[in-house]
Amino acid sequence: MKNSLITSNCRPVNSETIPVFTVGEFADEVLRLSGQGQRIVNYFAAQDKNRAVSLFAVLAHDTNGKLRILSSGKIEKEFPSLTPDCVQANMFEREIAEQWDIIPVNHPWLKPVRLQKPQKPEMFLQSYSDEIHEVAVGPVHAGIIEPGHFRFQCSGETVLNLEISLGYQHRGIEKTLIGGPGGRSIHYIETSAGDTTIGHTSAYVQALEALSNCNVSARAQALRGIMLELERLANHTGDLGALANDIGYLPTASYCGRIRGDFLNLTALICGNRFGRNMICPGGVRFDLDKRIIGEFLKRLEKIFADLTNAVELLWNTPSVMDRFEGAGKISRETGEKLGLVGIPARACGITRDIRFDFPYGIYRLAQLPVSTYNTGDVFARAYTRWLEIQKSVEFINNQCKSLPAGEIKISCGVPASNTTVVSLTEGWRGEICHTAITDEKGSFKSYKIVDPSFHNWTGLQIAMRNEQISNFPLCNKSFNLSYCGHDL
Amino acid sequence: MKSVLLNIILALIAAPLLPGIINRVKAVFAGRKGQPLLQLYYDLHKLLKKSAVFSSATTFFFWVGPLAGFAVLAGSLLVVPQAQGKSLVQFPGDIILFVYLFGVMRFFAVVSAMDTGSSFEGMGASREIQFAVFAEPALFVGLVTLARKTANLSLSGIYSSFSWHDGTILMLVSAAFFIIFLAENSRLPVDDPNTHLELTMIHEVMVLDHSGPDLAIIFYSASLKLWILGSLVVGAIIPMHTGNIIFDELIFLSGIAALSLAVGIVESCMARLKLLKVPQLLIAGFALAMLALIFQIM
Repeated sequence: MKNSLITSNCRPVNSETIPVFTVGEFADEVLRLSGQGQRIVNYFAAQDKNRAVSLFAVLAHDTNGKLRILSSGKIEKEFPSLTPDCVQANMFEREIAEQWDIIPVNHPWLKPVRLQKPQKPEMFLQSYSDEIHEVAVGPVHAGIIEPGHFRFQCSGETVLNLEISLGYQHRGIEKTLIGGPGGRSIHYIETSAGDTTIGHTSAYVQALEALSNCNVSARAQALRGIMLELERLANHTGDLGALANDIGYLPTASYCGRIRGDFLNLTALICGNRFGRNMICPGGVRFDLDKRIIGEFLKRLEKIFADLTNAVELLWNTPSVMDRFEGAGKISRETGEKLGLVGIPARACGITRDIRFDFPYGIYRLAQLPVSTYNTGDVFARAYTRWLEIQKSVEFINNQCKSLPAGEIKISCGVPASNTTVVSLTEGWRGEICHTAITDEKGSFKSYKIVDPSFHNWTGLQIAMRNEQISNFPLCNKSFNLSYCGHDL
Repeated sequence: MKSVLLNIILALIAAPLLPGIINRVKAVFAGRKGQPLLQLYYDLHKLLKKSAVFSSATTFFFWVGPLAGFAVLAGSLLVVPQAQGKSLVQFPGDIILFVYLFGVMRFFAVVSAMDTGSSFEGMGASREIQFAVFAEPALFVGLVTLARKTANLSLSGIYSSFSWHDGTILMLVSAAFFIIFLAENSRLPVDDPNTHLELTMIHEVMVLDHSGPDLAIIFYSASLKLWILGSLVVGAIIPMHTGNIIFDELIFLSGIAALSLAVGIVESCMARLKLLKVPQLLIAGFALAMLALIFQIM
């Protein structure tokens, strides 16, 4: 019996060595691995030069840091769906069906993920009972957020089912990347989820560097780590403020709004852009942290962190706040594992899952960060995990700044190898980011697949809302704070 | 007579200042500069210059809602005791009229919200009614207690005749009135007037479809309601009448301003309650009023 190919984070493999299973065996093998506790990080279809479509799956083993890659033979019209036995495949199979017009047979709820093509009126789970009413929210919202449609089935104030329909932000990023890397590629990546610029760009350049066998200097790796943690700090701070705002708790909401800006300004101090655009490039980083800036940087960081500590501890010490946070939008550890949640929502229900720890890359191979988890799986856990991570990130940045390795910040990055496949994982502030690149015989991208953590976690939000008060939806939604454009790509 | 007329005119002119004070207090707590004290006046001016948009799904009830609400409030302004505990109109039993005028206002607000057929406004209306069911008895029991205390059945009769000696009962009743005041005016911890999240709102969601002059009337009515219910609370907390019109007027006005300050502080220091727990707060208000009644009877 054949075995799937074992590799690790950012290790390029020759595409021809990826084992090809028949369609039936492919399903069996994925289910077997997932039964062993491995988790689907990417599952997609790609075309070879004869226009034959085949499936690829990447599974991750969180405890030993190994990735497995396997592919299927040519798919004609249909393939057996994995979803009935492995819920993690749900969104991936819907995406494959939408993009390639092939049908996962026995998929329980097959509908498009992004509405890329004109559709008949969309399918929603409906109830024909007089007791149950339907509430439709969006895609245009009262607040300034991204567009998404939410369909609730409610009994009174209690939500029985929530269905989320996205795709309004679809821009066709993956399709544009095919044939790359070109001059524009990195800018598409930087804006694939605007608030995760560093996270996605790191994943992209890592894939590129792995493909072209380029070894980035330790100094550049450390600077990338500092930028990534700054991005995490800014966004976690903003989230804690937004959570406070949703329950009408004014002090933390106002202060965190301001402090988030302070973190963004720290990012701008290094690279001149508040979101870290143009900082990371293939071969290293574009801006250095010299002695003079480090002094100013650390001084500001210390002050910002002191302010933030004051503002955030107010949350845990105010009974009316804790009353709202505790018990809202609960997800059990079993559910979290089944759905394959990543990032904060996973760690908040006690799952130790953090790419920086499980699949260390770049600077995280040298400076390990402990995984911050909590065990209740509710809004409080998701807020508190953020606070734990903020403290670890500040410590990490302080340590890195004090012991920045010497060296070049940028070396030239060669041409990507031909017929090679690489899986690049990073831990963005929302969670695991997975980029999978496959090159053709000329070294151009034959397929480039991006998985934002939101792609895994939107399902988690749907489940968290079951039997929850509909008035708690904004709070639960904010505690996940998922990306619309990162999902829609 | 003159002082009573002065009160009514003051209320009509100065009511939009109260939200300004509350917002300014909240801004100070949040470390911001805050909007101008007169912001609501500017907003009203702006809205009155605009034209209203009516959805084709709405009917007569939709546009009559805000007008009826304002008319009812203007009516209750005649009955409510202000400085010196006096009102323009008084007759035995006007306490019942007063409470039900608010009932009528709520009826029109709910009907005009339901008229839009929006699921949000329907949810808001259902919440509004649900909470009113708990708030109304608390207000009644409080007023009954005071009526029995002073052996008087008209609001101004009650409010002009009690004094500091009624301490315990006044304290309990004004605590109950303060809770009702927060709930009826859709302030924290019951409702969040600043939120833009359709799914959590109560009062704000019911007026989502109103625009232009209609919206101006709604905003103005809301500030007037703040003033009228505030008068009830202030009158019970400061039962002091010097007999001198100017002094009494000053005491009353500073009472109203202090109340706005208190609302601002409450809103800055706590989070909003879960919707499921709002009835518990209102029942607590009812219990306080009931306790006062028991003390009074015993």
